[in-house]
Amino acid sequence: MAAFLDALFLQAGYNAALVAIGAALLGFAAGTAGTFLFLRKRALVSDAVAHATLPGVGIAFLVMVAIGGEGRSLAGLLLGSALSAFAGLWLVEWIARATRLSEDAAIGAVLSVFFGLGVVLLTVIQTLDRGRQAGLEDFLLGSTAGMLLQDAMIIAGGGAAVVAVIWALRRPMTLVAFDPGYAAATGIDTRRIDLAMMGLVMAVTVIGLKLVGLILIVALLIIPSVTARFWTDRVERVLWTAGLLGAAAGYVGAALSASAPDLPTGPIIVLIAAGLFALSLLFAPARGVLAAILSRRRFQARVHRRQGLLALTRAEPIHDPLTIRILRREGLIRPDGVPTDEGRALAAKIARDERRWDIARQVHQDTSLTGRYDGLTPIEEVFAPDEIADFDARLGPPQPVGG
Amino acid sequence: MGAEFVQFSLTPILIGTFAAIACALPGNFLILRRQALIGDAISHVVLPGIVVAFLLTGTVAALPMLLGAGGAALVAVVLIEAIRRVGRIEPGAAMGVVFTALFAGGVLLLEQSDTSRVHLDVEHALMGNLETLIWLRAGDGWASLADPVALAHLPDELPRMAVAAALIAALTVIFWRPLKLSTFDEGFARAIGLPVSAIGLGLVIAAAVAAVAAFDAVGSIIVIAMFICPPAAARLMTNSLARQVWLSVGFATLSAVAGYVLAGYGPLWLGFDNAVSAAGMIATVSGVILGLACLFGPHRRRVGVAAGA
Repeated sequence: MAAFLDALFLQAGYNAALVAIGAALLGFAAGTAGTFLFLRKRALVSDAVAHATLPGVGIAFLVMVAIGGEGRSLAGLLLGSALSAFAGLWLVEWIARATRLSEDAAIGAVLSVFFGLGVVLLTVIQTLDRGRQAGLEDFLLGSTAGMLLQDAMIIAGGGAAVVAVIWALRRPMTLVAFDPGYAAATGIDTRRIDLAMMGLVMAVTVIGLKLVGLILIVALLIIPSVTARFWTDRVERVLWTAGLLGAAAGYVGAALSASAPDLPTGPIIVLIAAGLFALSLLFAPARGVLAAILSRRRFQARVHRRQGLLALTRAEPIHDPLTIRILRREGLIRPDGVPTDEGRALAAKIARDERRWDIARQVHQDTSLTGRYDGLTPIEEVFAPDEIADFDARLGPPQPVGG
Repeated sequence: MGAEFVQFSLTPILIGTFAAIACALPGNFLILRRQALIGDAISHVVLPGIVVAFLLTGTVAALPMLLGAGGAALVAVVLIEAIRRVGRIEPGAAMGVVFTALFAGGVLLLEQSDTSRVHLDVEHALMGNLETLIWLRAGDGWASLADPVALAHLPDELPRMAVAAALIAALTVIFWRPLKLSTFDEGFARAIGLPVSAIGLGLVIAAAVAAVAAFDAVGSIIVIAMFICPPAAARLMTNSLARQVWLSVGFATLSAVAGYVLAGYGPLWLGFDNAVSAAGMIATVSGVILGLACLFGPHRRRVGVAAGA
């Protein structure tokens, strides 16, 4: 616990602090970049992009070894991964455009084939003398162990750059995500914006390779934006909420992973993001599971209350236990089922309003008003007082109800 | 093509072929229904399934592994559906959330638990161990095929994979008409009284069975590649579903055999000493086949779309 707190407050060493900050920046960048992907309904394209980085890593290593380098330079490996990710992305677009295969088939084909090719290259590298210690497998699941200062700098700097670009392009990207046709009509080059969006996704993937690994970076792109979507319906808010959620997952995950052995960074970050998602799924207002259950129960209670009151107006016995419970809780009937004065008054009002609606339907041909009758909306919310007075004049004097 | 081939290459090639066919068959329908990535999702969640099964039973025996993987696949499908409906999230994103989260959980469990003494790690899960499924007892070469003692020492994966492939093939034949109808015209299928949702769920379960059975022997790369690449390539070659399915089986077989041979012998021909990953090579070969189909397949374009549009 103490180790975790140390890491959380950046006291666990210079490298760990840099990694935590880098992870937070990466999470922020991934959350925001992923939001546009999610809104464009292309979330899983990132899966293809991420898996397509693997052959690039292998080729970059082989090339660097061939030209006499050590082969482990992170910048070089990331450059290679970016190139092959771009090739993968281009292939997905090309297959979906030029052939009759759908985009999901293209995504699956590219991700499995590139990944297979990458694995072949990895086995080639493992047979090289120099390849054994290369630790390229770390790119599969991410690892911060043995990370050099300059590696952490690359991650932190790259994350900051991605966030800056997203900030600059947030308006055109929002427009393109929601209404590409309108965006094009206002003079925005939608192809270029789409390209920029995918470029950002690629940048996040490449930066995240070392930290989260290529299999799980997809999670960081998808989960925060889906989570943020539960909390708000406004794009800007979804965008920054997703960024903050991603940053929180990245930061806490990196700190947690630094505080104990056997806690690989990538899975921890993803699981924290998934935990936030699960909480949101359950407890978010309006869209969460709990909110849905509560609003269903409220609706149910309103229907039962009205049915009960209607039964009172006709002096019919009530058998439904839920109806009885609701009426008794509100003091509208006595325990023996006889209505109280308040119950009688409310029942009379409901009966009167029903007759007012009948008149309203005869008077008003306007279905946009009378169509709002659902038995639950009070008539006072639909018609003005003078109109209701007019209905009452046609109804005649009050009559006693409810026995 | 002597004793050595039978000992070291015959069984992996057969296992790879059966796995490829078992995955390619349901893949045909998944692709036509635009559910191609279900295979991807299932093969990711298989990992937490087998890890949990291992932690509960303490063994890497086949049955608990299969049950665990199957259970995880079922949990994943239910979760995806629940998130899609409750949260009103588009299916792609819901799938992305579920399979990445479950996979991360599997990796973490694996790192936390003591699995070093058994052959269970992430790389194995991804790449399989096709190369190790050899038939050492086959000392007499092809004659061993008639030798009951040697046959008793076939790797367990071979009969298991053969049964899985036969089961999937039988299911495909039995449910051919309802599958075809509900895939191409769901409304019509519903109108004539077919249980369309049950057929869809059954297809996903069959895909899960294929993925789980194949995963153990060949790893998840082959599973994903075989779900998608051979059927997709076949789809670009023909307009007839029956021909597409046959072609996909052919492509799957070709990928498995050529991939294994290239991985095992290709480096030797080029003058290197070591073989490369067979699983990776099989996926790569299937990708090359798909690439050729994309470039030259007679039915590669959408109907009604002008060339170059």
